[in-house]
Amino acid sequence: MVTTADRTMAHLPDEDSGKYRVMTIGARVVLYLLALLFAAFAAIPFIWMIITSFKTDQDLYNPNHSPFEFTTPPTLHNYTLLFTSTHYLTFIANTLIVALLVVVITVAAVVPAAYSLTRLAGRWGENLGILIFLVYLVPPTLLFIPLTGVIADINLQNSWWSLVLVYPTFTIPFCTWLMMGFFKSVPWEIEEQAMIDGYTRLGAIWRTVIPISIPGILTIVIFSFTLTMHEFVYALAFVQSSSQKTVSVGVFTELIRGDVYFWQSLMAAAALVALPVALLYNFFLDRFIAGFTLGAVKG
Amino acid sequence: MAVVETRKLTKRFSDEVVAVNEIDLRCVDGEFLVLLGPSGCGKTTLLRMIGGLEQPTSGEILIADRVVNNLPPRARQIAMVFQSYALYPHMSVYENIAFPLKAAKLDKAAQREKIAWAASILGIDELLKRKPRQLSGGQRQRVALARALVREPNVFLLDEPLSNLDAQRRASARDELQVFQKDIGTTTIYVTHDQVEAMGMGDRIAVIDSGHIRQLGTPHEIYEEPADTFVATFVGSPPMNLVPEGDELVGFRPEAFYPITADTPSDTSSVLRVNVINAREEYLGSEKLIYAEVNGIRVVSRLPANVDAGIAEGSSATFGVLRSNLRHFNAETGLRVQPGRVPVLSGAANA
Repeated sequence: MVTTADRTMAHLPDEDSGKYRVMTIGARVVLYLLALLFAAFAAIPFIWMIITSFKTDQDLYNPNHSPFEFTTPPTLHNYTLLFTSTHYLTFIANTLIVALLVVVITVAAVVPAAYSLTRLAGRWGENLGILIFLVYLVPPTLLFIPLTGVIADINLQNSWWSLVLVYPTFTIPFCTWLMMGFFKSVPWEIEEQAMIDGYTRLGAIWRTVIPISIPGILTIVIFSFTLTMHEFVYALAFVQSSSQKTVSVGVFTELIRGDVYFWQSLMAAAALVALPVALLYNFFLDRFIAGFTLGAVKG
Repeated sequence: MAVVETRKLTKRFSDEVVAVNEIDLRCVDGEFLVLLGPSGCGKTTLLRMIGGLEQPTSGEILIADRVVNNLPPRARQIAMVFQSYALYPHMSVYENIAFPLKAAKLDKAAQREKIAWAASILGIDELLKRKPRQLSGGQRQRVALARALVREPNVFLLDEPLSNLDAQRRASARDELQVFQKDIGTTTIYVTHDQVEAMGMGDRIAVIDSGHIRQLGTPHEIYEEPADTFVATFVGSPPMNLVPEGDELVGFRPEAFYPITADTPSDTSSVLRVNVINAREEYLGSEKLIYAEVNGIRVVSRLPANVDAGIAEGSSATFGVLRSNLRHFNAETGLRVQPGRVPVLSGAANA
């Protein structure tokens, strides 16, 4: 027969038995191995790209040579080719100008839009925000056909200005939704306090909501900047002359001539653009993730 | 002089929801007025309308004898402390307190002087360089008060400023806040749902329910002479006992309701005797509560813990209450009435 004492006193395992330790050494090793695996998975394409960009033709096109080591000495020839026989610097400059303008337009549109949707539109705001987000899900491969007509109508074909006009159509919806999550985390009362403390509504927003939302604004800056940099379909459809091209389309059209691929220079072009952006991302990674999870939880 | 006055002030959120219903309120200079009521009674809406954060549906608000209905919050010369304190998280304590002064375009030297003055009153000189997140709840509250103080407002509006503090800290903060208000002498309107705060701090209390002021009076008046059954049961813990007697409800406070033993002199002219059943005792350390039933109505008696009532669990007993301690209410309207006849509490025997 079971006594009361037996029933109520559950048997506790020995604390030192190891089975219940928070994390055993074995588990820790597995964890680090997995982390290493993922790090390698993410890094190998980059490493491959950088090594390839320094390879000579003889080295690259010999199937017996390992792609990860230099069998013949590395060369800078591919970089010279990139800068001398293509408009690479023009592409970069175009890209930076387009990206900068798109970022400015996006921030200027998104901050007031997200603010009004979170603060002024009541219960409708939330649903409107989701509707706006849905616009982002329409793929550019579908949209570029009607947009080509629009661009032709306003005489912007074959100019990077067309991209400045078109890119906000996908940066604004997504960033508005993202920014709404940030604004929702700023308590109403802080704004009201600022209005009582002597400021107009706009003054209160400028001095409290905006400074508190700086991480969110940085997130949308980075996000719209990278979206713009790697956009391909619109850039290909709307711009034809080299002087107007952005980097994603420019190197692709100038370094693939017929069936001749200038692989090493392509890799060099990609690496030169990708590395600064990757570093930038790394720098703001925490804030960036915070931005996305805020949106995910509260949006 | 009425510093703050409302005239038939009404706020409707929709056809059904009337948060504040034709409230007339005058608060006098230097007064500590408490708006007390359960959550959702409209007390915060009333405060927010006075502060200009909510536009009234109808009625007037006067501050310092001027109608301020159409003035924005910044023009009303008021200061508000929110429940969350609403400190600006991106600014240091110093910048927080300087914020309203900057809005007033005060020069830097004058700002420094005022901030030092407010900080010394509230004892936060050491904290000026910190950010709000590095402060405890009590420190945040004092920073919020300092920020309100430097504006030298006509009136302080405080919205449950103590509810974010733990119980122990709350008691001392209550005392500090009251001393602070008396020192400064600024008219203060204080919203709370906590009757202990209301009773302890208020010069006067406005008990609010469903958008109406049920009673406006000193804590003593509110407690001893409740205007209706809502006030009688909302203020006091445990609340006033209410026992039906004909078309009236007879009310008496738990501490006025005490057990009668055989050797208590029986004086039925001044003491109403009540027979109760199903008595049960609850020991609370400093006091004890005795729960019982009269005609199926639960009543409670509050006694000092050292009194041995000698009441066994589930037993019957005789209790008494001084007739001068009885309060009578209309059973239908709940409003206070003069006693229609001498209550005997049918079913209760005159021993």
